Amino acid sequence: MNEEDLIFIPQRWDLKFHHAAGETGTRFFKAIMEQKEILGKKCPKCKRVLLPPRSFCERCFVETTEWMKIGSEGTIQAFTIVYEKFEGLPDPPYAIAYVLLDGANTAMANFVKGIDLSDIKKAFKRIKIGAKVQVAFRKKRQGRITDFWYELK
Amino acid sequence: MKPRNIGIIGVGQTKYVTRRDDVTLPELAREAAVLALEDAGIAFNDLDGMVFSLALDALEGTEGAERWCADAVGGRRIPFIRVHTGGATGGSATHAGFLHIASGLFDCILVIGAEKMGETPDAQKVLNQIFDPVYERSVAINAVNMCSFQAARHMKKYGTTEYQMALVAVRSRKNALRNPHAHIRKEIKVEDVLTSRVICYPLKLYDCCPRSTGACAVVIASEKFIKKLGKKNIAWIKGIAACTGTYYMGDRMDGSSANDHADADGLFLAAKRAYQMAGIDNPRKEIDVAEIYAPFTSTELAAVEALGFCGKGESGKYNEKGLFDMEGGIPVNPSGGVLTANPISVTALARVAEASLQVTGKAGERQVSKSKTAVATGEGGSLQFYTVTVLSNKT
Ligand SMILES: [Zn+2]
Repeated sequence: MNEEDLIFIPQRWDLKFHHAAGETGTRFFKAIMEQKEILGKKCPKCKRVLLPPRSFCERCFVETTEWMKIGSEGTIQAFTIVYEKFEGLPDPPYAIAYVLLDGANTAMANFVKGIDLSDIKKAFKRIKIGAKVQVAFRKKRQGRITDFWYELK
Repeated sequence: MKPRNIGIIGVGQTKYVTRRDDVTLPELAREAAVLALEDAGIAFNDLDGMVFSLALDALEGTEGAERWCADAVGGRRIPFIRVHTGGATGGSATHAGFLHIASGLFDCILVIGAEKMGETPDAQKVLNQIFDPVYERSVAINAVNMCSFQAARHMKKYGTTEYQMALVAVRSRKNALRNPHAHIRKEIKVEDVLTSRVICYPLKLYDCCPRSTGACAVVIASEKFIKKLGKKNIAWIKGIAACTGTYYMGDRMDGSSANDHADADGLFLAAKRAYQMAGIDNPRKEIDVAEIYAPFTSTELAAVEALGFCGKGESGKYNEKGLFDMEGGIPVNPSGGVLTANPISVTALARVAEASLQVTGKAGERQVSKSKTAVATGEGGSLQFYTVTVLSNKT
């Protein structure tokens, strides 16, 4: 059959969800919203401070117990700068980094803002593994991971 | 340990392409099923079970699309299960097929799947949905940048260069010229890779796999069934193993050496277990050819290290030396690999199919001479689920 004779059926998935952040996630987001504070959770066994906080340690398979205040500065552990437009995702360019914030043992992902990404060579000279960053908070916070981002120091 | 001798007796693959508008998903899957049964020399009612290899429902736009496909692949009246571990799906499906037979309850299983992701405009929106809605999805993480993080870390940790990554793309494209099933069959030069547009830095266009449509199937049988059939030249499954890493990529960035996002540590453990089962002490000497699940050039670099073909951080150097070329010590992805065809639901199954063709000497123009032992891998989730399958032409 000729390609132009074939029939196509257009379909669209547009499903609503109302995801619970859970008690642990809620406490983390509330501290960001109300105190501009980042909280991690410590494993009583291996003593790692997990960030973002989780109610359990996957290595020790025990519940985490202690909430810990995490510093607002840290270092980039991994990054990417996105220059491609992906349907349904933000308009490029944007940078994402995993940052090990002071006092945490695991790195947390977020956008890196406040830097001109238009010149890729200049951008990746500044955004690199080991670079120091500072957390910046949104003025109107809603209890989302995007309530904050990283800025290069 | 392995209770019975179990082998792959038939392989079926369609050509991998961007779109197949002449068939529906089940019709596409059926093509590979028919080819595999034909290759095995059996009828569909010789099968006593079926494993369906299907990854993300949203890529097909049909929830539980295995239901739609079951009739088309000959699944009526026999047990049928669907397996999904993301990119590792085809590897896990192979293992499920093997385990059915290893249990002693089954003798002939069809492992089959199809992918039609060409019907959605951008897979990365779907692949963003694999991340948790609480902490990571809103940060726009998708399958490309998850591998970019790995690439950036490998470069930093070992001094791996974009040039060394480009060599992987050049070799894969060159190999694919000899594989009639490959989606991308166009040679490129290192310069082309280095100057291709940046997708997610450090990954550029030619560091990345295509989005492919196609189907793949393998028939797995017990030695008892194979003897009754009188079939010779079998790809015996000598070792299978899987390993799961932590879900959060950030948990692999605390500087501990045994668990680093730069490396494929889960693959290292899976390989170690599979080699042990297969009685392989020195993979570099004993493995003749590898079909590796690597959708990005950097993914392959970490994988060859994890498979023990070279030490951690040495893959870039050995790529420059040509160790993984067709004429090198351990040819990697003679099919062209995932960089030249990535039909996600069956990509890891195609690795098994290709490895099976290699050890039975049926790989046509892409045949690696004298290959007796092959390894096939799968990699899924947030570089999290790993599968390793070792095949040999001897029981
Ligand atoms: Zn712990």
